[in-house]
Amino acid sequence: MSVPFAAKRLGKELNKISSSLPPGIELVSADNFEEWLLDIKVLDNNPLYQNQTYRLKFRFSPSYPIEPPEVVFIQLPDRPIPIHPHIYSNGIICLDLLGQQGWSPVQNVESVCMSLQSMLTGNSKNERPPGDEEFVRANTMRPKDIQFYYHDNDV
Amino acid sequence: MDTDDDFMSNVSSEDDILPDDSENDMSGDEDFGFDDEPDAHIDSQKDDGYKKKAAYDISFKVYQPSDVQKQQDELINEVNMILDISKEEAAILLRHFRWNKERLIEDYMDKPSQVLDAAGLATTSAGPPRMQVVPGFVCDICCEDEPGLQTFALKCGHRYCVDCYRHYLSQKIRGEGEAARIQCPSEGCNVIIDARSLDILVTPELTARYHELLHRTYVEDKETLKWCPAPDCENAIECAVKKKDLDKVVPTVSCLCGHRFCFGCILNDHQPAPCELVKKWLKKCADDSETANWISANTKECPKCNSTIEKNGGCNHMTCRKCKHEFCWMCMGLWSEHGTSWYNCNRFEEKSGTEARDAQAKSRVSLERYLHYYNRYANHEQSARLDKDIYHKTEKKMVQLQKESGMSWIEVQYLNSASQALQTCRQTLMWTYAFAFYLARNNLTEIFEDNQKDLEMAVEALSEMFEKPIAELADSKLKVEIMDKTSYCNKRRVILLDDTAQNLAEGRWTFNTELLGSGANGGPSTRR
Repeated sequence: MSVPFAAKRLGKELNKISSSLPPGIELVSADNFEEWLLDIKVLDNNPLYQNQTYRLKFRFSPSYPIEPPEVVFIQLPDRPIPIHPHIYSNGIICLDLLGQQGWSPVQNVESVCMSLQSMLTGNSKNERPPGDEEFVRANTMRPKDIQFYYHDNDV
Repeated sequence: MDTDDDFMSNVSSEDDILPDDSENDMSGDEDFGFDDEPDAHIDSQKDDGYKKKAAYDISFKVYQPSDVQKQQDELINEVNMILDISKEEAAILLRHFRWNKERLIEDYMDKPSQVLDAAGLATTSAGPPRMQVVPGFVCDICCEDEPGLQTFALKCGHRYCVDCYRHYLSQKIRGEGEAARIQCPSEGCNVIIDARSLDILVTPELTARYHELLHRTYVEDKETLKWCPAPDCENAIECAVKKKDLDKVVPTVSCLCGHRFCFGCILNDHQPAPCELVKKWLKKCADDSETANWISANTKECPKCNSTIEKNGGCNHMTCRKCKHEFCWMCMGLWSEHGTSWYNCNRFEEKSGTEARDAQAKSRVSLERYLHYYNRYANHEQSARLDKDIYHKTEKKMVQLQKESGMSWIEVQYLNSASQALQTCRQTLMWTYAFAFYLARNNLTEIFEDNQKDLEMAVEALSEMFEKPIAELADSKLKVEIMDKTSYCNKRRVILLDDTAQNLAEGRWTFNTELLGSGANGGPSTRR
């Protein structure tokens, strides 16, 4: 029951985003209903992210969209991890809407990408989250199991 | 004799909990071993005013699950009647106000729509929510658009298909253990699902879980209520002792299941030590005890710079790595005065050596002091465990004893009472040592130490009698002695706890540490 549930919804999402996506978002691959890759760009001229493309990896559980997808940035030679006070250098993103409390099943891949775009656009701090080094070295958990403490809403 | 009567009545009330206790007690990490309390029923009697209250007694009430439910229902009914809103909404409002009925009513009368909004109740009333088929509907969650699809919306009007709603609710309830604050699935909508809507949507099995979780939030929301932490116990305890009073009282409560625990910190009974000391002590023990033992046994400090040195072989001529001081390991004196006796040192009386040993002794004092208290604490903890083992063996023999000597079941219960007295008194003794570790000397400490000594001697004497072989236990003279000693131990314990609790309440103890965690204001008792 739960597998077709996610698949049905993802099928419809895929239909939609294959035909049209907002500017700055591109589908890279969606070969199955477990893992999709997308590229995002920041559209304004924020100097921190200008002329850069970032690669996002979405992983869906069988109970998507009831459960949030796992979304991380991944690093490739031409795809860096964006500098941001809520993005760890291993690509893990601290964003309330990706946690169980902040997620709403009405959200979708497209809306998550747009949220991330705007999260980058609105940022002016050229820094990693506090404790980044320690977290990246010690963390062994999946992003969804990490108890983030969403301490500020300005960036 | 009247002590006898006391024990007999204890036995019957405590009897059914014993086996359960023994299974759970030995396994846990944070386990100080023992919860049985010979005078548990006396406590509740005192509570009802039958006896004069001891200083360490606090009033509390035990609620069974049905009582907890009843309390909630009563509050909900009251609000339901006063404010003219449905029971489901009344429940949500009460939870939002953490069951503070007075504040709820006041605020609601003042600004009803704001209150409803903040609590997650939509103000538009379009009749009770129900399932519906809406023509031309597309579900925003699964993107399904089949005609005839059953849909559901809360009062906020965010409509989804029933299937998605069910998935969503079961994820929240089963996956996240959420109940009181499940919001509408729509993004940013804070309308909360009420019990009746939930009942319409999900399977009875999930409904049961939902109500269980809701039921729990009542106790968790109220500062004066706590769950009994014993495994499988469903009772809640009400006690009015506040967090800021924990420097003056050790609020020990006992559940109907027999488990005795501290209402302040939920740990097992730790009278007479206040919660903050217990916390510090347990932390210190977890950090230090083994290390400290090892340091004490295997190292000495450099007489010049106090670095800790382990001698791992070789001769007595030590050169400190840090300060290059040369000394003799045996007498701690200067090596330069030492001549050639490299492998044995016979100059214990020389001046330089004596001074160095004095300094050494001083620096050891604090460590030794800690170990003194720790070892006694740990000893009682372990002895209580051993006493319990012996009791379980004795239990079988009690049956034998009945068969062989013709004593009735009632007549062998004195062993049960003795065992329980041993457990409880050792638990108290154990914590007196943690208490004493933090206690600064004043003219009251001597009385405390005398009380401690009296209890300890009585307990050790009882413990020894208790270990006697079964053949001797049948002797009626020993039986009387054991009964007397049991009652004496219980009395000594009461005296000790009464004294410590009274002085604590009146702020007469001086501690060498703070009694309240940061944030709370320290009363006059903490420091002078």
